[in-house]
Amino acid sequence: MARLKPASGYVLAVAGAISLWGAQAMANDELLKLQEDPKQWVMPLGDYSSTRYSELAKINRDNVDDLQVAWTFSTGVLRGHEGGPLVIGNMMYVHAPFPNTVFALDLSKDGQIVWKYEPQQDPNVIPVMCCDTVNRGVAYGDGKIFLHQADTKLVALDAKTGKEVWSVTDGDATKGETGTSAPLVVKDKVLIGNSGGEFGVLGKVTAYNMKDGSIAWRGFSAGPDDQMLIDPEKTTALGQPVGKDSSLKTWEGDQWKIGGGTTWGWMSYDPELNLVYYGTGNPSTWNPVQRPGDNKWSMTIFARDADTGMAKWVYQMTPHDEWDYDGVNEMILVDKEMNGQQRKLLVHFDRNGFGYTLDRDTGELLVAEKYDPTVNWATKVDIKTGLPERVKEYSTEANGEDVNSKGICPAALGSKDQQPAAYSPKTGLFYVPTNHVCMDYEPFKVAYTAGQPYVGATLSMYPPEGDSHLGNFIAWDATTGQIKWSLPEPFSVWSGALATAGDVVFYGTLEGYLKAVDAETGKELYKFKTPSGIIGNVNTYEYNGKQYIAVLSGVGGWAGIGMAAGLTEDTAGLGAVGAYKALSSYTALGGTMTVFTLPE
Amino acid sequence: MRFDWRRRIALVTGLTLCGVVAAQAQENVAAAEEEKPYHITDDGTVDWPTFSGFRRYNSVCHTCHGPDGVGSTFAPALTESLKRLSYEQFFEIVVNGKQEVNTAVQKKMPAFGLDPNVMCYLDDIYAYLKARSDGAVGRGRPEKHADKPPEAAEAENACMGG
Repeated sequence: MARLKPASGYVLAVAGAISLWGAQAMANDELLKLQEDPKQWVMPLGDYSSTRYSELAKINRDNVDDLQVAWTFSTGVLRGHEGGPLVIGNMMYVHAPFPNTVFALDLSKDGQIVWKYEPQQDPNVIPVMCCDTVNRGVAYGDGKIFLHQADTKLVALDAKTGKEVWSVTDGDATKGETGTSAPLVVKDKVLIGNSGGEFGVLGKVTAYNMKDGSIAWRGFSAGPDDQMLIDPEKTTALGQPVGKDSSLKTWEGDQWKIGGGTTWGWMSYDPELNLVYYGTGNPSTWNPVQRPGDNKWSMTIFARDADTGMAKWVYQMTPHDEWDYDGVNEMILVDKEMNGQQRKLLVHFDRNGFGYTLDRDTGELLVAEKYDPTVNWATKVDIKTGLPERVKEYSTEANGEDVNSKGICPAALGSKDQQPAAYSPKTGLFYVPTNHVCMDYEPFKVAYTAGQPYVGATLSMYPPEGDSHLGNFIAWDATTGQIKWSLPEPFSVWSGALATAGDVVFYGTLEGYLKAVDAETGKELYKFKTPSGIIGNVNTYEYNGKQYIAVLSGVGGWAGIGMAAGLTEDTAGLGAVGAYKALSSYTALGGTMTVFTLPE
Repeated sequence: MRFDWRRRIALVTGLTLCGVVAAQAQENVAAAEEEKPYHITDDGTVDWPTFSGFRRYNSVCHTCHGPDGVGSTFAPALTESLKRLSYEQFFEIVVNGKQEVNTAVQKKMPAFGLDPNVMCYLDDIYAYLKARSDGAVGRGRPEKHADKPPEAAEAENACMGG
């Protein structure tokens, strides 16, 4: 073969390139096609655009009040259950918090367990998970189920047998780096972020080759340009190149190395632009005085090339965070008309209380408005500069260390946390589960020890003045930045919403209710109390001609920390608020999936 | 009575491992029972250590044990635990951690023995939780507190390393 003619060598190389490209396109095509089939639920947020919208309409506003429980399933785990099940063909994949059990259920055999996977993990990972041992779900691609474990291990399981195909360890759990987020499969890669902002962990997103688990690319949230996969000339922020050392210049010394900006939220993907979108979390510590500078690129929306990881654009929402307003919430990709022009938009409801609308191709900021009227730390966001106009009274930096800044809205858990919103193209509205909580915040000096909490602030949380409820479920117009309707809930709405073509929107509540409301008016049409509080996301699928609604119950998460015993005492000086009950008076622990359908 | 916390870890670890100084431990328990670790004046002003304990508790411990020691969905209410635990037991658990992991329960308290943010303030945290447990301090931030005494600032700097 040493005598190969140059021509045939050329042919070989081309053939290789084609088959490589072919394999990539196949994996890509499979999910691209699957996500358009409303009968299945193939990725945690429903589709690549993260709309959590389903075309299924058998369950609709006229018959949803007839909904009944079809079947239930216990995960056998007590702690907080975030995320929701996937449905691919006749299989349903259900996950649980630590120990991160995964079940494959056969829908054609009444939910018989086809396989169960339970990883062995060092229990030392449990207490380094800041806010309960949650996991936001598994991903599917190329006949595999991908599990992102608490100990940062990414495992590829054969979707048919549950057998481990490969596994990689993404980070160092002994330093407080953990895994809670759901992976996203794009083309021939599977992407994961990391958790551990309260332990000084540096944020990153890693793309692993789906075939064997080797690293395709990894982009950090802070540090030198090459490690962040940022091109000083080509990566832009609000249309301008970010320039050299855009991150390093905004930190004191080496602080970026323990600077947080973890990536524990959701990711979205635009196949046409070939861009992946996600947000970065809080800079570490929570004491802003100890880390001068803008702390880039924490609290930032990233748009990265799916193949290379190179950042196309970035937008930092909360420079130099003073309140723990992580920017990790989901990025919802919609195409809408704005001011007479059809635009590719990215809509994001940030922890900081502003609902942002950007051009997802260029990163241009179009709208930034408060989606809870009580938000007070900033008066507004300047659309040109992208900067929030801060109110000094609520600045924990301006007030300084050892000073208690009072009455800041929202609280650290944000006007919304990770619980994903939904978008209905029928109504053009976004349906957003929100928190309605304010706080006092006192920063103080903290020392860094690897693997130990690195927080440095004390917080008290309570409902906004004059209010007695802690959550709202709202309908939002992202082109104008206005609330269309708002349903008060006694507790934070910590469950992901689902919008359907049946003109019904579903969400869960912390007391455990699954609720269905009219997509136009918000009128409550149905509710059912599940075995435990809901912090999971509502999903839907169709099997054998029937539409089903599925949701995980299992109270916990950050909500379970703050609200289990109530945020304040009934007798505390809340003025008009009066008696204010603890969540523990309404619900108890237990992981259960409840599946609903209409009677025959 | 304050020791360097690193020396105290050695003392407590010694107690746990060998149990040779049980008599001394009992003496300490008795002393702890006699003397309340917090001081609150008639107008509700809490002493600095108790206030300091409030801050440190609600920075590190509350992420599992809930705001103001009231517990969460997965970690016990320390306002209750402190009714049972002696100072020595409290100290031992914080330093060495605690684990209960089986098919039904996944409870794990980490060892804070090497964390200055906890160990430099352990007596403060104890004072605060004891005050909460005794009902002497309510939920939320104590409204009035004594100023930080110079010796507390000095001890803090020495312990936290500058």
